[in-house]
Amino acid sequence: MSKYYLNYLDELESEAIYILREVWAQFQNPVILFSGGKDSIVVTHLAKKAFFPSKIPFALMHVDTGHNFPETIRFRDDLITSLGVRLIVGSVQESIDTGRVAEEKGKNATRNALQITTLLDAIEGNKVDCAIGGGRRDEEKARAKERFFSHRDDFGQWDPKNQRPELWNLFNGKHFEGEHFRAFPISNWTEMDVWNYIKRENIEIPSLYFAHEREVVWRNSSWIPNSEFLQLDGSEKIETKKIRFRTLGDITITGGIESDADTVEKIAQEVAAMRQTERGNRSDDKRSETAMEDRKKQGYF
Amino acid sequence: MLDNNQLLRFTTAGSVDDGKSTLIGRLLYDSKSIFEDQLEAIENTSKQKGHEGVDLALFTDGLRDEREQGITIDVAYRYFTTPKRKFIIADTPGHIQYTRNMVTGASTANAAIILVDARHGVIEQTKRHAFIASLLQIPHIIVCVNKMDLVDFKEEAYNKVITQFEEFSSKLLVKDVRFIPISALLGDNVVNRSENMHWYQGAPMLHTLETMHISSDINKVDARFPVQTVLRPQSEQYRDYRGYAGRVASGVFRKGDEVTVLPSGFTSKIKSIDVNEEELDEAFAPMSVSITLEDEIDISRGDMIARSNNKPEPRQDVEAMLCWLHNDPAKPRAKYTIRHTSNEQKAMIKEVIYKIDINTLNRKPEDIQLGMNDICKVKIRTTKPLLVDAYRENRTTGSFILVDESTNETVAAGMVV
Ligand SMILES: Nc1nc2c(ncn2[C@@H]2O[C@H](COP(=O)(O)OP(=O)(O)OP(=O)(O)O)[C@@H](O)[C@H]2O)c(=O)[nH]1
Ligand SMILES: [Mg+2]
Repeated sequence: MSKYYLNYLDELESEAIYILREVWAQFQNPVILFSGGKDSIVVTHLAKKAFFPSKIPFALMHVDTGHNFPETIRFRDDLITSLGVRLIVGSVQESIDTGRVAEEKGKNATRNALQITTLLDAIEGNKVDCAIGGGRRDEEKARAKERFFSHRDDFGQWDPKNQRPELWNLFNGKHFEGEHFRAFPISNWTEMDVWNYIKRENIEIPSLYFAHEREVVWRNSSWIPNSEFLQLDGSEKIETKKIRFRTLGDITITGGIESDADTVEKIAQEVAAMRQTERGNRSDDKRSETAMEDRKKQGYF
Repeated sequence: MLDNNQLLRFTTAGSVDDGKSTLIGRLLYDSKSIFEDQLEAIENTSKQKGHEGVDLALFTDGLRDEREQGITIDVAYRYFTTPKRKFIIADTPGHIQYTRNMVTGASTANAAIILVDARHGVIEQTKRHAFIASLLQIPHIIVCVNKMDLVDFKEEAYNKVITQFEEFSSKLLVKDVRFIPISALLGDNVVNRSENMHWYQGAPMLHTLETMHISSDINKVDARFPVQTVLRPQSEQYRDYRGYAGRVASGVFRKGDEVTVLPSGFTSKIKSIDVNEEELDEAFAPMSVSITLEDEIDISRGDMIARSNNKPEPRQDVEAMLCWLHNDPAKPRAKYTIRHTSNEQKAMIKEVIYKIDINTLNRKPEDIQLGMNDICKVKIRTTKPLLVDAYRENRTTGSFILVDESTNETVAAGMVV
């Protein structure tokens, strides 16, 4: 085989860097949507590589549900400081307080859907014309349909039936005032690729991804972490288990799995043998068959 | 898995209902690339819809409307890995109305799987997709003759489709065409060899995809580097750094190479090739790097760096094959934005030379109305020179899109001839 070919991970990295640079060149005010999860950490790492030795030319935008793992916030703040980039926070609590949205009620209440309004308000309020996300097409069937450069109308909505053609690597980010784009540099990565890349690049990630003893409760077929926001019903009880999280999101709905994987190598091995998708543990996707598509149409991540 | 595994990107093609999505579902299922919760979800959906077995097309047909109508509307991307290779699949729609989405999925593919229903043979939409695949210069084409279970797995039915396809494809520019008789529904010759077609001696589809030689598909001769953006750090340490960031479109660049910057024509030498904190001796397609030069030259986005002894001709008049992708027909002499590599200009369709009749591949010089899904040869004039190569030599510097300025929509895909 000729020596002039890239292995798959180098090719994916190169594609992502290319997309990040296109975003920078085509938009006035792009931001990285930063959740504190591994995918947005990887995107941030790729942005660092794409523009080195310049600083990352984007602000990081965090949509804060107010239901955080404290570790996520600490991790976020340390990263911001070390990169020297600006942080923009969109607060769901503020959206509730100002009456933009109403809190869901009951045991299974989440702030997941409320994030849409906060996100769109933050995009509009900060005049953001492109929000870069860590979404991957292998995560979910509606995401499998997403373009690299994905258009949003002036209500922030996605129209999956009428997406712009996207040919070769020629991206068309043209839009009218008030509209914006979402860009997905790691669209073509799988969960496995992300872990292999974290391992190869030695990227720091929050300890939540590693197996630790934690207080949890069994709900909707996964281990939900104990927190000040958790409401137990009569039959549920708090237990201590060795748990790690495959994805990080709102603490009230992010389910963990039992695991002994306490290093990136072990996680990568575990992921390779996994028979369930990572979002299989998220109750926000279980609400209906097209839950993700419906949320994405309204403007979700 | 081997760390030096290569990526193969392939696309499905063929008429509506010929079984593309079912095939991808079958491929993922039989290669054990489907997660339990995904399988459970589509088992439930299949049951709700009253299907007998599991409808494997649901693995890719993920949108509400697709599931309601039982067709694919937009490309779905799926991923899977075998010990030999890593794959990116684009499952595209067969319906003519969504041809633009088929072109989207096919434009970056190394291989195309064209499905033909054994009962119906090669029909107009098969021809359209085969023609688009050849126009896009997808290097490898696998024609899967599907639904063999519905023709009693008869060799004659298979041979009939081969004859039809070859009659048509002899007029196309395709180098590597193979044929496989399959049943996507039952899995014959997808991952596992068929028990029902002992007359077929060739390999099943997955094996074919795993062993296909793809390293030589990239142009390694003509070094081209379109500049995406200029890196000028504000820091003390890198005060004088001026890096030209981009992705190598083709060929190889080495430290010390004599280069010419286009369109200005200034020459210099490559001082360094950088990725992050690392310095490289050489960069080749499709690597994203940052290049610094020995001399201070005014370079900005849209410029191209090429080796001085091999550079593209700047051209303001370009002949190209154009694939029209929008409901609004082309407006003669109207201005469009043309995007070519990292360059953007104004352009005008000066002349439609002929339209192609998809069924016969005949040229129709009298029919010069450019509407949705039409494929034409055109003359384009741009306000400033473009740095193009012929598409058949270079898929990156030979391709462009047209954007309608009044709607911002991408309306056409162009390939320089
Ligand atoms: N008997 C039989 N039926 C098949 C086979 N492959 C597909 N089908 C059926 O053909 C129908 C259409 O299949 P799809 O996979 O949705 O077709 P498609 O090519 O993806 O269609 P579009 O994406 O809408 O263009 C479904 O009812 C399948 O079950 C096969 O090998 N044998
Ligand atoms: Mg289909």
